[in-house]
Amino acid sequence: MEQIQNIEGLQLTPDLFEPLSEAEKNSEFIAAAPRTYLSDAWHRFKENKLALCGLVFLLIMVVMAIVVPMLSPYSYEQMDYGAINLLPCTEHPMGTDKFGRDIFVRVMYGARISLLIGFSSAFICLVIGVVYGGFSGYIGGKVDMVLMRIVDILYAIPNLLIVILIMLVFGSNVGSIMIGICLTSWIGMARLVRAQVMSLKEQEFALAAYVLGASTPRILFKHLIINCMGSIIVNVTLLVPSAIFTEAFLSFVGIGISAPAASWGTLANEARTLIESSNPIQIIWPILAICLTMLSLNFIGDGVSDAFDPKKK
Amino acid sequence: MLRYTLKRLAVGVLTLAALATITFFLMKIIPGSPFGGELAQLSPEVREMLYAQYNLDKSIPEQFFIYIRNAITGDFGESMTRKGTAVATIISRCLPATMKLGFAAFVTAIVVGVLLGVIAAFTKQRWVENLVMFFATIGVSVPSFLYAIMLMIVFGVVLGWLPIIGLKTPLHYIMPAFSLALYPISMITRLVRSSMKEVMKQDYIVLAKSKGTPTGRIILGHALKNCLIPVVTYAGPLLAFLITGSFVIENLFSIPGIGSEFVNSVTNRDYTMIMALTILFGSFIIVVNILTDMLVAFIDPRVKLDKKSA
Repeated sequence: MEQIQNIEGLQLTPDLFEPLSEAEKNSEFIAAAPRTYLSDAWHRFKENKLALCGLVFLLIMVVMAIVVPMLSPYSYEQMDYGAINLLPCTEHPMGTDKFGRDIFVRVMYGARISLLIGFSSAFICLVIGVVYGGFSGYIGGKVDMVLMRIVDILYAIPNLLIVILIMLVFGSNVGSIMIGICLTSWIGMARLVRAQVMSLKEQEFALAAYVLGASTPRILFKHLIINCMGSIIVNVTLLVPSAIFTEAFLSFVGIGISAPAASWGTLANEARTLIESSNPIQIIWPILAICLTMLSLNFIGDGVSDAFDPKKK
Repeated sequence: MLRYTLKRLAVGVLTLAALATITFFLMKIIPGSPFGGELAQLSPEVREMLYAQYNLDKSIPEQFFIYIRNAITGDFGESMTRKGTAVATIISRCLPATMKLGFAAFVTAIVVGVLLGVIAAFTKQRWVENLVMFFATIGVSVPSFLYAIMLMIVFGVVLGWLPIIGLKTPLHYIMPAFSLALYPISMITRLVRSSMKEVMKQDYIVLAKSKGTPTGRIILGHALKNCLIPVVTYAGPLLAFLITGSFVIENLFSIPGIGSEFVNSVTNRDYTMIMALTILFGSFIIVVNILTDMLVAFIDPRVKLDKKSA
């Protein structure tokens, strides 16, 4: 008030009306480009050094798994009785097994199978789980009731039973292990998506989309699923290691991938008999490969879940 | 509460029926027969008698109805690969060892996991927290059969402190129980730590602190109960998983348990054993799930059981 009263007494000199210097003009300029939700998460992810190391290691592993079996002079099943149980040397970086097969190539070939199973079954579970859970949660009512009872039944079947039965019916190969793993693992994803969609569909933006005449699939996928992407991605980072675990476990028991093909579980199983024998170092390589890959997957998982949920730490 | 329990039990029985049906027909699709190799050597008459004895000469739906009728009266038939032994006898012989082992692993996992989680959440030393969390991450990254092998090599072969095979004395339990428990310990440690940190930010904890409540009482009296819910929801299925046995651990430590019985029965096409064990495992899981939900409601009165669709 006082200022307005005093307005007549103001001394207005021309130097009050000079333009700002360039530096002052830009003082509130936002340097960074606007970020989307995903790039925001990626920036937080990058801060986590362990997760980044995990990602780098995993990428190296993927590249090696693809390239090494292609370039190496040895194949995973080629036996050489002149070079049995060799220790690591220049020709065989990890040595050879009791049939003279190159362990390095076999471990990398195992990486192909294990990573393929891990990633593709996680992807299949993602698709099935999101669609099933999304529709169940969005439509609700009787449909939801029926769909969820089916899920409950599947949940009560011991998953080992499903996997073993599927493998016996379709034979022990990568495909049937994947089917077996997928049949049981999508359930967690479906439940998660359903719960999220059920709470999101009550919100105003979903109602607004409905009023504007958006179709059901559009509301579901463009509005609701996008908004629970964070927890879906976090769940996927858990699915990959658990699928790799299941496969390693089955192959270790001897009902998974069968010889001469090799996954990490098969390799660990083959080498188990050698613990007390001439060359116990053979078991180290597949174990090392499994543990380091799982470790980096878990670091990535932790990084991703922190990146999408910065409050939780 | 009673109405809810009854409703859940009814749904559970339906689930079990569906489970039995699916398993029965899936099982029949598997190529091969329980009499495998020996069948070729048998004369056609003997083979027919054998088939008639197990009702395998009838059509599959007919077999199913006979099986269900018998199962309801508590008769699960006799094993097809070990003739003359009732399935119930085999199960009652293997189950105690597996359950004792599983229970030991379960208790270890809960006690050690919660303890480590609380330590990681409250320690003032940053390195203690990092160390615990580092081991917890390694714990979820290594398959249980690898722990088992490493434990066997270190404590069984090199140091010779612990027996490797069987379950005769309490000492025999240590290694298998630990190999089973290490993964859940790490999971529970991670769960407790993160949910404890979440709980410690709540207003009522700040109030308790500002009133001068000693830290020990804040942890035990206020925080622990509230951070237990994720642990309970994890521990329920875990218990079901542990007491139904782990094939790998039983195999490695040569324990005659239900887990190895199950895998053997599937690979040998022992139809009656598969069915009985599936129904047993299914009922374990269903009962444990109901108990878990009730326990969560008991710990956290805000959870309303009747409102949730059962």
